[in-house]
Amino acid sequence: MSDRPHPLLIVVAALVYLFLMLPLVIVVGAALSDTTYLTFPPQGLSLRWFENIFEISAFRRTIVTSLQIAFMGTLLALLIGIPAAYALNRFRVELPKWLGTLFVLPILVPEIVFGFALLKSFAVGTGVPIFGALLIGHTLLVLPYVVRVISASLASFDFSIEEAAISLGSAPVKTFFTIVLPNVRAGVIAAFILAFITSLNDVSVSLFLTGPGISTLPIQILAHVEQFFDPTVASVSVLLMFLTVAVMAVVERTLGLTFLAK
Amino acid sequence: MTSRRFWRHNGATGWALSAPATLAVIGFLLIPIGAVIAGTFMDPRGVFAPYISYFNSGFRTTVLFRTLQIAAITTIISLIFGFMTAYVVSRAPGKLKSLLIIAAVFPLLTGVVVRAFAWLIILGRNGILNQTLLSLGIVNEPLEMLYTQGAVIIGMVYLFVPLMVLSLVGVLENIPRDVLQASSSLGASPIATFWQVLLPLAVPGLIVGAVLVFTGSFTAYATPQLLGGERQTVLATLLHQRAMVSFDWVGASTIAAIMTVITITIVLAMSHIARRINPMAT
Repeated sequence: MSDRPHPLLIVVAALVYLFLMLPLVIVVGAALSDTTYLTFPPQGLSLRWFENIFEISAFRRTIVTSLQIAFMGTLLALLIGIPAAYALNRFRVELPKWLGTLFVLPILVPEIVFGFALLKSFAVGTGVPIFGALLIGHTLLVLPYVVRVISASLASFDFSIEEAAISLGSAPVKTFFTIVLPNVRAGVIAAFILAFITSLNDVSVSLFLTGPGISTLPIQILAHVEQFFDPTVASVSVLLMFLTVAVMAVVERTLGLTFLAK
Repeated sequence: MTSRRFWRHNGATGWALSAPATLAVIGFLLIPIGAVIAGTFMDPRGVFAPYISYFNSGFRTTVLFRTLQIAAITTIISLIFGFMTAYVVSRAPGKLKSLLIIAAVFPLLTGVVVRAFAWLIILGRNGILNQTLLSLGIVNEPLEMLYTQGAVIIGMVYLFVPLMVLSLVGVLENIPRDVLQASSSLGASPIATFWQVLLPLAVPGLIVGAVLVFTGSFTAYATPQLLGGERQTVLATLLHQRAMVSFDWVGASTIAAIMTVITITIVLAMSHIARRINPMAT
């Protein structure tokens, strides 16, 4: 087999990429349409469906909730995930192997089961406000990404640098913040972004953890699509895509995008 | 000096640092899910009563088999197209390769709701596909494409092909080109090289990709909900409907238990197989 793929394979790959891109292009087109129904190619260009997003209070509210939950959940996951990832690498010999598996569990069990279990065994009966349950759900949902990405960064960190600092008299905690953390900065940024986007897009965990007045954007989009078939959802989708592009641009500038593919 | 020795050599520090995350996973994930599963065995009608009534219901067994079928078909289609695409990507020149990887990452970072919604616009009764077919005179009246199994599968393949491509590109890149060149210079035809050299070396990656896609499509909610509706009820949508519409907590818990057991079994079995047959490890 020569190094160059068969032309037929190239054609297939091109079609797969067309299949991946075309629907997203169609969503953008539909969002720009001037009509009150979804159509493509857009008939008359208009940005009125973007204005409409902010006129519907449910969208305004859920956008804020989603951003809050994604931000706070990611921070909480970093807060408990960074020490865990550090411990897994630094005390590899002392800690049991299953501990690493434990932190991956939230992506191993079906998300929708996790959401349901949180509702049934935790939110119902303990009196924890639904926002709190939602936040806990999202923190755990993104924890595996945080632990994994930061572990991967720490795996290539030479701990003898840390030892050198400590044996020269630097306090362990100070050494962590001045020596270890700066060396895995790229991993922390990548973990933050990956976790934030995962939380922002989540449906299955949030599905059960919404209550009176509290819902997330993807759940609101689902509800809206089932009732109306206007381009508002297309415009929300485009907003989310813009956010994704912006995030990808940031990643590209700071780490190079192949980082995300790992 | 003693305090530094303690920091360096005592596993207790490791436990202390990982304690918050460990307790969070145990307290908010393992115990709640364990309680849901344990609850299904405490039915006053008998230990296995919820499962007996689940499998006695023709509708619910149909839903289970439909879900398995959709997941299996989605996995096979994603494997075939993902593998071919990943091969082309892995052999593309540097700059084009990064561009192709970005183009696969982008849909992955776009939410599932947005990606299912896109197919709603395409496959709807007045959707783009129907408009096109009508205007070309290929059909006389709009086709009913939404709320079919095909629609759900297309939506799922769309969801998971990028994941398959990305998990295979790395594997294919790691296969030394010398191995393939050796095969062809020793006289193997391209087809023989593919079946006897490339494919066996890619099997561990294919298994990892297949597990990701199968478990993902087996438990997906938004795509079957939007593109399949009630006519294509799957386990995830049935779970939601039982819990939030019928308030049948036992029924919902039973579905949750079935989904968890099948998912975990597949993940464990396949990762065991992947480890055993990895030819690169020997």
